Amino acid sequence: MSDTTLVPDAAVGETARKPGRRRRRVDDYSSVAEARGASRWVVLGVLVALALYAVGPLWWLVVAVTKNQRDLYTTNGLWFSQFNLWQNLGDLFTYQDGIFVRWLWNTVVYAGLGSLGLTLVALAAGYGIAKYKYRGRGLTMGLIIASFLIPGSLMIVPSFILFVNLGLYDTIWAMILPGMFGSFSVYLAKVYAEGAIPTELMEAARIDGAGEYRIFFSMGLRMLSTAGATIFLLHFVSSWNTFMWPLVFLKGVEKWPVMLGMYSWLSRGTDSTVDLTSLVLTGSLISTIPMVVLMIAMQRYWRSGVTLGSLK
Amino acid sequence: MSVNTQDHHTTAREPVPGSPPGGRARSGSSPRGRAPFWNWRTAQSVKGASLTFPFLAGFALFVIVPVAMALRESVYTTKSTGGLGFGGQTVSFAGFDNFAAGLVDGSFWSGMLRVFLYALVVVPLTQVLSLVLALLLDAARRRAAAQFRILLLLPYMVPGVVGTMVWIFQYSPTVGPLTPFFEFLGLDVNFFSSSMVWTSMGNLAVWGSLGFTMLILYGSLQSVPHEIFEAARLDGASELRIAWSIKVPFVRGSLVLTSLLSIIGTLQLFDQPLLFRAVTPETITRDFTPAMMIYDQAFKVGNLNYATALSVILAVVVGVASAIIYRFINREEP
Repeated sequence: MSDTTLVPDAAVGETARKPGRRRRRVDDYSSVAEARGASRWVVLGVLVALALYAVGPLWWLVVAVTKNQRDLYTTNGLWFSQFNLWQNLGDLFTYQDGIFVRWLWNTVVYAGLGSLGLTLVALAAGYGIAKYKYRGRGLTMGLIIASFLIPGSLMIVPSFILFVNLGLYDTIWAMILPGMFGSFSVYLAKVYAEGAIPTELMEAARIDGAGEYRIFFSMGLRMLSTAGATIFLLHFVSSWNTFMWPLVFLKGVEKWPVMLGMYSWLSRGTDSTVDLTSLVLTGSLISTIPMVVLMIAMQRYWRSGVTLGSLK
Repeated sequence: MSVNTQDHHTTAREPVPGSPPGGRARSGSSPRGRAPFWNWRTAQSVKGASLTFPFLAGFALFVIVPVAMALRESVYTTKSTGGLGFGGQTVSFAGFDNFAAGLVDGSFWSGMLRVFLYALVVVPLTQVLSLVLALLLDAARRRAAAQFRILLLLPYMVPGVVGTMVWIFQYSPTVGPLTPFFEFLGLDVNFFSSSMVWTSMGNLAVWGSLGFTMLILYGSLQSVPHEIFEAARLDGASELRIAWSIKVPFVRGSLVLTSLLSIIGTLQLFDQPLLFRAVTPETITRDFTPAMMIYDQAFKVGNLNYATALSVILAVVVGVASAIIYRFINREEP
């Protein structure tokens, strides 16, 4: 385990400084490890094959979305035929008075508000644990680490009973509130805060007469912006993708997020007269694009978060 | 482990003795004046601690309370007294009854056996493939590696539900490209038949998690000091030998973690089989996996107490399995 304990410091250091340039130079240096000659082609060949495996089904999806109902069933799935994308998008956005748009909006609201709340709560807690010494700090850390061991499936039924009792069942709060107290995000914030905020700077602010809360809100939050972006992004993506939670907690079709809505179309597609296949396909692509764009654009944030995540 | 060292570090750096002499700091940090026993340093730590209060309150309500309720609910039974559930309900203490019923419940344990056998194949397969992939990326030219990495990570960026649906369509005999492909090879494959459905889901699981696992392993490969490779090369070791004897042992720690994450996820398998059930309800039954059975018992049958007991059993199984894997992989170390 000793090698993995080094990772958080390295990851934090990397994001605290400007990562891109520094990293690249290290990579160039290591290119002496490159394979040569025939083995290079073997390496390349296997990589190409696996990349095709990874991308193939997604390519099929992109192609399928541009086809009309008939071509979808009759033409080669891996290449385009008559271009019908606009019609499919029109169908998707107008089906059942635009319920899909409603679902997308719900997803954005749940993921956005939940992530914003979580980011604030987690940064405050992580900063408090990292930068102050008080009784009960060890206990808090102990609870956080212990909660990593609770499997998600243990929580779902008792949470359901609790939410019914609290009157949160089938409300949007059932989607927003519970995600705001993720202990892993606090752990992440704590590790970042230890590396990013010098205690000397806090002392200096105190001498200048700033109170503790003011130090956190005007200085700490700003210095933790990288951690904040990581926490926000990771939670935004996971709540965009969540499926079992809304399945259990939301009854009304109007409140569903997009993943649940598409599941309902998929299951209806088999036992009704309407063929919803095109809608499911187009909906899949539309709800995936924001995630892919977000994750490619913000790679450096989630990758450092994932490296830390692998430590838990 | 790392946490302890971190804690220690901060504690050591806490500048209690070396802070500026009393008078100045006092006037600076508590201008409003405090009761004498309430010294400024205490006030400071209380304020610091209070930053964790919002988290602790929410954590108590949404994590600790449900866990406590899980333990409580599982030792009671609820019976409706009126017909069709319209009358009142009587809740009575049942002790260990729910657990006893769960421990001998045939359909729960056959679901458990299914996910175990499935995990036994899928988890090692994902780890080995991801490791090979990470080693190949490590051996490729840097620029090519960066491009391949993005392509290989695409499935990880796709929402799990969408990934599952896309593969369901690949397998579909009417719209998917796979059935004609296998027909071309002279094979008649039904991906949703009971003999094939695990292979179909396993392929999907590997596809979805390959990139993520590869990323973690590749990341830890990057932290291997390169002087070691130079030394090994000078000693005449081949690239394969270097990969096997130096790189693989170096990423062992990360492998333990990715395997654990993978096994924990697989034992609680829910989303994928439920989506498969939407298209092939005769193969995927309501209690196909333990998590599906818990869902079914709680929200279709309505037996919340029994479902909670089953969740506790599943949690224990997941915990024990993780502990065994952790021990097993760590012990192999010479």
